[in-house]
Amino acid sequence: MATASQHRIKKRALKTAHFVGLFLAMSLICVPGLWVVLNSFRPTIEIMAKPPVWIPESLSFDHYRAMFGGAGTGGVPVLTYFRNSLIISITSTVIALLVGMAGGYAFARYRFKGKGVMFVALMASRAVPGVALSLPLFIIFGRTGIIDTHFGLILVYVAMNVPFTIWLIDGFFRQVPKELAEAAEIDGCTRWQAFWKVEFPVARSGIASAGIFAFLTSWNEYALASQLTRSTNSKTMPVGLLDFTSQFTLNWGGMCALAVLMIIPALVLTFLVQKHLIAGLTFGGVKG
Amino acid sequence: MTSAKLPPWLVLLLPAFIIILAVVAIPLVFSLYSSFTPYHLTRPDTLWKWIGGFNYIKAATDANFWKAFGRTVLLLTIALNTEMLLGLGLALMVSKVTRGQRALRTAMMFPMMFSPILVGFQFKFIFNDNVGLVNNALQSLGLTDIAIPWLVDGNLAMFAIIFAEVWTSTSVFAILILAGLFAIPQDPLEAAKVDGCTPFQSFRYVTLPFLMPFIYIAMAIRSLDVARAYDIVQVMTNGGPARRTELLWTLIGRTGYVDARMGYANAMGYISILMSIAFTVYFFLKLQSSRRELGMGD
Repeated sequence: MATASQHRIKKRALKTAHFVGLFLAMSLICVPGLWVVLNSFRPTIEIMAKPPVWIPESLSFDHYRAMFGGAGTGGVPVLTYFRNSLIISITSTVIALLVGMAGGYAFARYRFKGKGVMFVALMASRAVPGVALSLPLFIIFGRTGIIDTHFGLILVYVAMNVPFTIWLIDGFFRQVPKELAEAAEIDGCTRWQAFWKVEFPVARSGIASAGIFAFLTSWNEYALASQLTRSTNSKTMPVGLLDFTSQFTLNWGGMCALAVLMIIPALVLTFLVQKHLIAGLTFGGVKG
Repeated sequence: MTSAKLPPWLVLLLPAFIIILAVVAIPLVFSLYSSFTPYHLTRPDTLWKWIGGFNYIKAATDANFWKAFGRTVLLLTIALNTEMLLGLGLALMVSKVTRGQRALRTAMMFPMMFSPILVGFQFKFIFNDNVGLVNNALQSLGLTDIAIPWLVDGNLAMFAIIFAEVWTSTSVFAILILAGLFAIPQDPLEAAKVDGCTPFQSFRYVTLPFLMPFIYIAMAIRSLDVARAYDIVQVMTNGGPARRTELLWTLIGRTGYVDARMGYANAMGYISILMSIAFTVYFFLKLQSSRRELGMGD
């Protein structure tokens, strides 16, 4: 009897500890982000209030109004930054996907000498820290005149994303049985047709998630963009965040509003592909 | 007609190699060359003066450089290990949940979507000594009266940076380890139970070996962009106060762009590149060997 009730108490204690631990961990994960979102809706006086105001008395859209008001009203040309970010991220993602599909297919379907070495070399190229790469790129782009253009940044982001898209797409093509494509070829398809009609549709969702990963990388990149962009010609949103800072002060409210604008597309896209993304990384890595 | 002679895999890989050659390899050759010159941004002619290994000797004898180097390695070691342990704990906790697990998993990925620069600003705000969330909370709870100078004191600033870094990347580990937990076959676990293993023993000798490849994948992915700590540090403290949070990357950035001493900065950059590549190759090799142990190798 005694042992049974002891056992039950122990079990209940474990369950409570599990719940409390999980609750604490989840709040640590969510609160910092939510706090930024909340502050974007509060007037500056309330953000700076001493003692702090915990529950906002009223929500205001002032920061958003100021942000979209354009440069004339003391705002930041957010819409231009948003457009730059969008053009650069989408173009570089599409190119990185095409290049990555070709490369991933080669790694998944062909056997050749030095495959492992080549794969690690590709990955190592991605490991070069952005700031170390930005010094020579800054000089070379300056000489060739593609500094502060969309083209320059797109080029850099494609190179940054290709190793990763190859890794992910390679993993997805491996999941497609070889026999499928072979059967199509026996039925009279060329290899090219077999690829588009059989293998591509099967791996499509995985390729889409590789695309979103590439998009997010370009969307969020800062170290290279901060040096290779100079003006509203090509400044992207992460660089634009710095427009809210000056020597001694920071416009926290405005910055939070721009942060929210940056997070929303990332949030939507990540939720859409989270399942495929995990599958891609683990298949590519474990069975590769 | 030359393309017809090339094997198809080479044709397929060629675009990838060309673009990486153009954006990564050629600039790296250039920066290797310029690291042997006293190249100064405002004096272009200095690019043609060969001074041999002078910059490297200068870096090797520069106390600031070694402090930044040591701090970077320390930060990476602490951050990666903490992230791994916390991620493992989080994944184990989430995997035990039966109801609402999908919602939890989604919430867990929240920090992954934040741009590192955004994370920097967010935590600069949160750790702000005047209006920050941390000090406000501590003061409201009556734990302290003074405004703790989180980002002004050297040690506290380092803690704040590591906190921000761990916050962003723990979910990468948690998500991948969770995927690993779901992929574990149930038979060995049941066999261990029948043989009388304690929960700890079956975790240590059955679950953990199966998880190792997943942990190394997460490590490999993280090692690909360890330098994103640059964005966070640059925003939160910019290497200050008085260089007490200076990392290799902020030091390089300042030497190159603010002081315009490109040659010297490139020499230091090369050392940091070698360090990053060593990290990546190390984790990829670990990944391959742990895969082979489980018989999953190609």
